[in-house]
This record gives sequence, structure tokens and C-alpha cells, in this order.
Amino acid sequence: MAQPVPAGQKWWSGGKSPFNLEYGKLMMWYFLMSDAFTFGAFLISYGTIRISSNSWPDPNEVFRSFPVVGQMHIPLAFVSLMTFILIMSSVTMVLAVGAGHQNDRKAVMKWMIFTILGGLAFLGCQAWEWTHLRGEGAWWGMNPFMNIDGSQSSTNFTNFFFTITGFHGFHVLSGVVINIIMLIMTWKGVFDQKGHYLMIEKAGLYWHFVDLVWVFVFTCFYLL
Amino acid sequence: MDHSHAPEKELHHGEEHSFSTKAIWRTFWILLIITVVELILAIWYYETDFLPKHFLNGIFVIGTLAKAFFIVAEFMHLKYELKNLVMTIAIPAMLFIWFLGAFLWDGTSYRHLRNEYDRNHLEKSKVKVVKEKEEGKKPGSME
Repeated sequence: MAQPVPAGQKWWSGGKSPFNLEYGKLMMWYFLMSDAFTFGAFLISYGTIRISSNSWPDPNEVFRSFPVVGQMHIPLAFVSLMTFILIMSSVTMVLAVGAGHQNDRKAVMKWMIFTILGGLAFLGCQAWEWTHLRGEGAWWGMNPFMNIDGSQSSTNFTNFFFTITGFHGFHVLSGVVINIIMLIMTWKGVFDQKGHYLMIEKAGLYWHFVDLVWVFVFTCFYLL
Repeated sequence: MDHSHAPEKELHHGEEHSFSTKAIWRTFWILLIITVVELILAIWYYETDFLPKHFLNGIFVIGTLAKAFFIVAEFMHLKYELKNLVMTIAIPAMLFIWFLGAFLWDGTSYRHLRNEYDRNHLEKSKVKVVKEKEEGKKPGSME
């Protein structure tokens, strides 16, 4: 489990990292904490507005489209696919980090390519979902759906949906860009020269965070 | 400049033997199974209404927290770090849960109070959307 702090050592007297972690990695953890609070604030404000409303649209009715099948309604199928894609890309990212531990440059590149493809696939799916909803008349300030009890729904629903999934999608995009940069650096041998693949680990932390946020967004918007 | 590289390598070597591909794939299967179960429950509920929604929501929240725990502990490797570091992440996260609870409680209270003291709001929220071709005139509206 979590390693206990070994006794008999002065961890906080300088000269070494108190958490036995490289500075950049520790700072990435704390940046992710700050980002988690931002997303958390968004999701909590969504939850507060939703629970203070007398009614809200039914996700099973709103999110029931799927590419290619036309007018057929399959509730939640598309978002399940998106979740699966993102989890898979998280796995390939961990495998890239593992390959980095073995200093296996070619394997790192292979797994990074898979991770990038997964990220791009997710973005493509999100773009399809947005386009489809836009086509049905949904957008910031426009909500064509009614509440689950049949009453008139407010634009809170679409405002929150597009803002939060947009903010998340922006993080996926920046994550893909970072991963592409990592790939290029790996290919050029930058990490072999340094002697370690720690930067891949840091990019990995960011990528897992993106997946983690999606797990919460998926639950809040599509399940609850 | 020189001594900033050596500690990185030392720290790096310390983590190597705790990396296990098996644990990663095991975590993947756990995440997948939890998600599939959540989806089956959601779709089953949509078709049959077999459980009260609140109860189902509780299951979803627990499933989500379980997934979050596995992603952070295994994929992000936090489980294997020094306990003090784990605490700097875990304790704010717990305070965050309190934040969530407090705001949901507040939102609920707001809804009850508003429905009680603003009857106009309560009645308006009960009016059903009229789907005819004529301009969405709602019964009881001022138009």
C-alpha cells in the first residue's frame, strides 16, 4: 500500500525531496489538485442548480442517438463508447509509462501513439455529439428538450452541459497536444539522453486526470 | 546543476519494482465491469423503473467513487507513494466531499423554501409543455 515514511531520516531539512518524488511530478500532482477543484466547482454548481430545480430533462431521452444508425434510439450507448475509449487510452498511457521504466523507446512510442489515437477518437465522438445536439436545437441559451415531468425546461441544462463538456474536451485536446509533444521527444531520443522517462510519467498523470474527470462528468450528466 | 539529476534517477529507481502490468489490466477490467453494470442498471431502470431513482443514484455515486479511487491509486500510482503525499491529496478530497454535500443540501433547501414561499414559481413549474402547432400557449398563462 502507501509507503510509510521511513523513520530516522530528516525529510524536511533540505537537500532531498520530502515526498521522495521529483519536483516536477509533485508540482503536477498539485496542479491537478487545483484543476480538480475547478472541475469540482463546476460540477457542484451544476448539482446545486439541478437539485434546486423542480424538474430537469431526462438524460435517457436527450442522449439516445448514435452515429450511423440514423433515427434509431439507443439511450446512453454513444457515451458508453466514449467512456470505453477514454479508459482504454488511459491503459495505453500507463503501458507507455511502464515501457519508459524499462527505457524501451520503441514501446513507449507505440503506446503513446495508441493513447493519442484514443484521445483523438474521443474528441471526434464529442464533436459528433455536440453537432448532433446542435442540430436538434440545443446550444448555450437554447434548450429544445422538456423536463422529465413534462414541464418547460430552462436553458440551465444546455448551458451546463456544453460548458462542462466543453471545458473537459478542451483538457482532452491539450492532453493530446502534450502527448504528441511527448511522442516527438521520445522519437528524437531526448529521454534516452536524459536517462529517464519521467516526463512521460508527468504527462501520464495529466492524461489520467482527464479520464478521471470524464468519469465524474459521465455520471453527473448521463447517469444521475 | 549536477546534483539535481542524480536525485531524480534515485527516486526513479525506487518506483520500478512496484510497477506491474498485471495490476494495470486488473484495474482496467474492474473499471470496465463497474461501468457496464452502471449502464445495465441505467437502461434497465429506463425500461422498467425497477428501483427508486434515489437508490439507483446512490449506486451510481458509489460506482463512480470506486472508479475514481482505482484510477488515482493504480493508474496514477498514488497507492505506492509515500503516505504523507497520499494524505496531501486524500484530505483535501475529503473536504471536497463535504463541499459537495453542503451545496446539495443548500440547493435542496432552496427548492423547498422557494416552493413554499413562491407559489407562482411552484405552479408555473407544474405546467406542461403544449406540443400543438399553435404557439405554445400554456393553460393559465397570461397571454
